[in-house]
Amino acid sequence: MNYHWDWMFFFQETDDGLKYYDWILSGLGWTTFVSLASLAVALILGSALGVMRTTPGRWLVGLGDAYVDLFRNIPLIVQLFMWFFVVPELVPENIGIWMKQDLPYFVTAIVGLGLYTAARIAEQVKAGINSLSRGQRNAGLALGFTEWQTYRYVRLPMAYRIVLPALTSEAMNIFKNSAVTYAVGILELYFQYKQIIEKTSQVLEITIVVTLAYFILAFVMNRILAFVEARTRVPGLIVGQKGGKGS
Amino acid sequence: MIEIKNVSKWYGSFQVLTDCTTQVSKSEVVVVCGPSGSGKSTLIKCVNALEPFQQGSIVVNGIAVEDPKTDLPKLRAKVGMVFQNFELFPHMTITDNLAIAQIKVLGRGREEAVDKGLKLLDRVGLKSQAAKFPGQLSGGQQQRVAIARALAMDPICMLFDEPTSALDPEMINEVLDVMVQLAHEGMTMMCVTHEMGFARKVANRVIFMDRGAIVEDAAKEDFFGQPRSERAQTFLAKILNH
Repeated sequence: MNYHWDWMFFFQETDDGLKYYDWILSGLGWTTFVSLASLAVALILGSALGVMRTTPGRWLVGLGDAYVDLFRNIPLIVQLFMWFFVVPELVPENIGIWMKQDLPYFVTAIVGLGLYTAARIAEQVKAGINSLSRGQRNAGLALGFTEWQTYRYVRLPMAYRIVLPALTSEAMNIFKNSAVTYAVGILELYFQYKQIIEKTSQVLEITIVVTLAYFILAFVMNRILAFVEARTRVPGLIVGQKGGKGS
Repeated sequence: MIEIKNVSKWYGSFQVLTDCTTQVSKSEVVVVCGPSGSGKSTLIKCVNALEPFQQGSIVVNGIAVEDPKTDLPKLRAKVGMVFQNFELFPHMTITDNLAIAQIKVLGRGREEAVDKGLKLLDRVGLKSQAAKFPGQLSGGQQQRVAIARALAMDPICMLFDEPTSALDPEMINEVLDVMVQLAHEGMTMMCVTHEMGFARKVANRVIFMDRGAIVEDAAKEDFFGQPRSERAQTFLAKILNH
């Protein structure tokens, strides 16, 4: 193999006066920011949708189901292009112009990635709630809780614990999926990766570094959520077991 | 206290309750028994509107539960209910299980709610378990906590839906003892149960249901002495002969 290794190129100056490692760090920053912000959007919206789909209200269930079907069945990159190029043409003209000219790219990217991931989280939250016995809701109602209070105090606290492993995968996925936002102009890690390859052709070094960077991001997220999982474990309860010992 | 009048209920085209009429007066203990699938659990769940019904009316403490204008959470807060599978909240300590509804529904302060909860926990003999989680207790202990949790709301009556059916035999008595004590204190109770010993000891009336209908509704002495219907006789013979 006659590849010319050169790890020092990271410290070379680039056209814009920065070093290549600055590009990497900047990309890492954007990746982290876009991912965490999207995750926040996805968790809030996904939880709301997941709850909606377990309510007795038929309209709410239908609305939630429709959302999940729509956003789960379209590729992420197509969804991002729709938010950037199609939606501004469909909304009233002045809003469309504002979206194209003034709305920062990263906001649209975060909304796009967040709404996509929300559909997946909605599916998990719904599964978590449905895995609880119906008796838990009844017990809450029998004590005088409103329907909403049975979610707030009885069902969601257990549902989140049950689906935390699945949510962990989703939180790790969002870092990896955020690479797609390079296609709509976010200067995140993958964008910088491509740019550095074009400029330097040190493909192996930069690939190793970027791979490691993604790995570490996902891994740190995994460890954080494993810690949350351990902290919220319910004594005396095997995860996934329904309340009570009875039939 | 509880008046059930001509209640019928269908799941789709399948009728689960047929024209059920009975009542539970203040301080009365009524036991509801019958073969499985006879509709007894469904009927008791209609009393606090956990199950809707299509015909008839149920009036609890002067309030019609089927009336769409009825504030159901408010009504249910006054009607204690104990379930077959205990249904304690697994992610909360026993103390929190006892206090949460007092705080969130009745608006009591946390200290008052915990205080009241612990007193009732002591009454069911489980004071030392206050800091544990439901999953760390035996079934019998969980069910006693569930009774204490219902009592903490100062209910005007109590509904029991097969409270001992999910328990191992050696734990049944500890739960029945608590229920007997409650009955002696004058609590109005409607109990779906197969524990005929309990019925003999404290029931005022026994209701026998079969295929969604109330077949027999008699004073305890009459029911055990000479049930009128053949089906009740067969049922009694089956469950008393072992």
